[in-house]
Order: sequence, then C-alpha cells, then structure tokens
Amino acid sequence: MAEYWNINPQYETAVKHFLANKPEAEVTLEFEIGVRDFVNSGKGSAEVKNVLKRLGIDPTILRRIAVASYEAEINVTAHSNGGHMTSCVYDDLVYIRFVDKGPGISDIEQAMVPGWSTADDLVREMGFGAGLGLPNIKKNSDVMHITSEYGDSTALEIMIFYA
Amino acid sequence: MTLREILSLLEAEVLTSTADLEKEVPCAFASDLISDILMCTKEPTLLLTGLTNPQVIRLSDMIDLLGIVFVRGKVPPQELIEMAEERKLVLFTTKLTMYRSSGILYNSGLRSCKI
Repeated sequence: MAEYWNINPQYETAVKHFLANKPEAEVTLEFEIGVRDFVNSGKGSAEVKNVLKRLGIDPTILRRIAVASYEAEINVTAHSNGGHMTSCVYDDLVYIRFVDKGPGISDIEQAMVPGWSTADDLVREMGFGAGLGLPNIKKNSDVMHITSEYGDSTALEIMIFYA
Repeated sequence: MTLREILSLLEAEVLTSTADLEKEVPCAFASDLISDILMCTKEPTLLLTGLTNPQVIRLSDMIDLLGIVFVRGKVPPQELIEMAEERKLVLFTTKLTMYRSSGILYNSGLRSCKI
C-alpha cells in the first residue's frame, strides 16, 4: 500500500484534531461516479459547490474547493473502474473522500509530477490528460491524502478550510 | 469591456438565446486544456477555447465563467448550448483563431485573468 500526504502547515493542528475525532458532518452528500461517464462527471462537485455557496463561503475559496473536487471526480471517471464520492460539510471546512474500484496507481510520486499523464486519446481529445490533475488538487487543497495499491483501489481525501 | 464589444471585435455570432450583452468582462483566459482553465480560481473570467464537449460548460460550475468564445469557427452541439442557457452563460463563436482572437482582445485593453 502506497501513501501520499500533503498538509498545509497552517492547519496541521486542526487537521490532527479532525482526524483523531472524525466529527459528525452538518451535511453529507453522496455521489456515484461512472466509468468514463463524461456526461455526468462533475455534477457531484457542482452540487458541493452549490451547498457551500448557500452557506456564504468566500467565492475564491469556493472555486478552490470546486476545482480540487472536480479534478478528483474527473480522475475517477477517466482512470478508474468507477467509484464513489462522499462530501462532508462542516462549519469551518469541507472534507471530500473519493474511493474507486481500481486499478490503483503504480507510482504515486510519479503521478504527482506536473505534466505526467497516463490518459488515452479519447480523454485527451476532451481536453483532459494534461498531467495537472493531482498537482491542481494539491495546489487548491489544505490536505491531500492518497492511499493506493496497484491492482486494487485508490482512495483520495481532501480537506479545505473556509478561512 | 462588455460582451457586446467582444462580439463586435471578434466578428462573432451569439449561440445562446439568452444573452446579457451589456455584462462587463474584466479579463480573459484562452486554452484547450481543461486543467489549464481550472487555474482561473482567483476571479470570474471570459474563456476562449476550441473545446466543444459538455465538460466545458461543467467548468463554468466550478470557476465562474462570464462567457465562452469558441474559436476557429467551432460550433458546439445543441445539448451544450442548452446546458449554457440553463446557466445563463453566454456562448459566442468566431471564425478567428485562438491566437488572433486573444491578440485582438488584449490590444483592445482586455487583460489576462489572474492565476
């Protein structure tokens, strides 16, 4: 099992507290992500953004959340055998977890390198496959955690604080 | 710069039935790569692109696009136009290339979107 962590140092204490206590969310949203379903992919992230918009979150933070979530949703659509997205809304942060049905990432460090991509021609024709998905998620999130086993599933967790 | 001025400068056509052409556009971004476009998180922007699949409209749910100009004479499928209309998003098409369109708008004072 390979693992990758990136935590914004500013939130390290808050993140440790959150992970140790796993508090109950104010709102939880669930979405299935279909294999190569590029018609519906992105709806889950748009819905999360809509819920957060109603809470009056700053528009720049909202866009960061939406971009990180959307890149992850597209990754599941383009590269996996389908998966599931769970979004937990709290009063100070959003936590989103993506779990797919494989096939796993063979080398996470390599996958984090900007420009590196395994996308096929169809995915590239649609404008994806720039090799910026994971780097974009890292850039826009306060916590990014990947666990993956090659030949098995991948889980990606992201957290973004509202202030 | 207003959408109406952009329409005129690019000799473009409006594709959507609902279009507030007096809307002010402060900046623009041009790319055919979705991850590039997703760098525009700092402010709402006009997008110039050659991509015509529905994910382009989905982008507007994430990063707040003020309008989309399809370059190189591209016209998106009807379902994409309907998705844009549901979101009150204005779509233009121009025969000009992305390079030329960007140059014309930049020279007329439309700045780059902050990334």
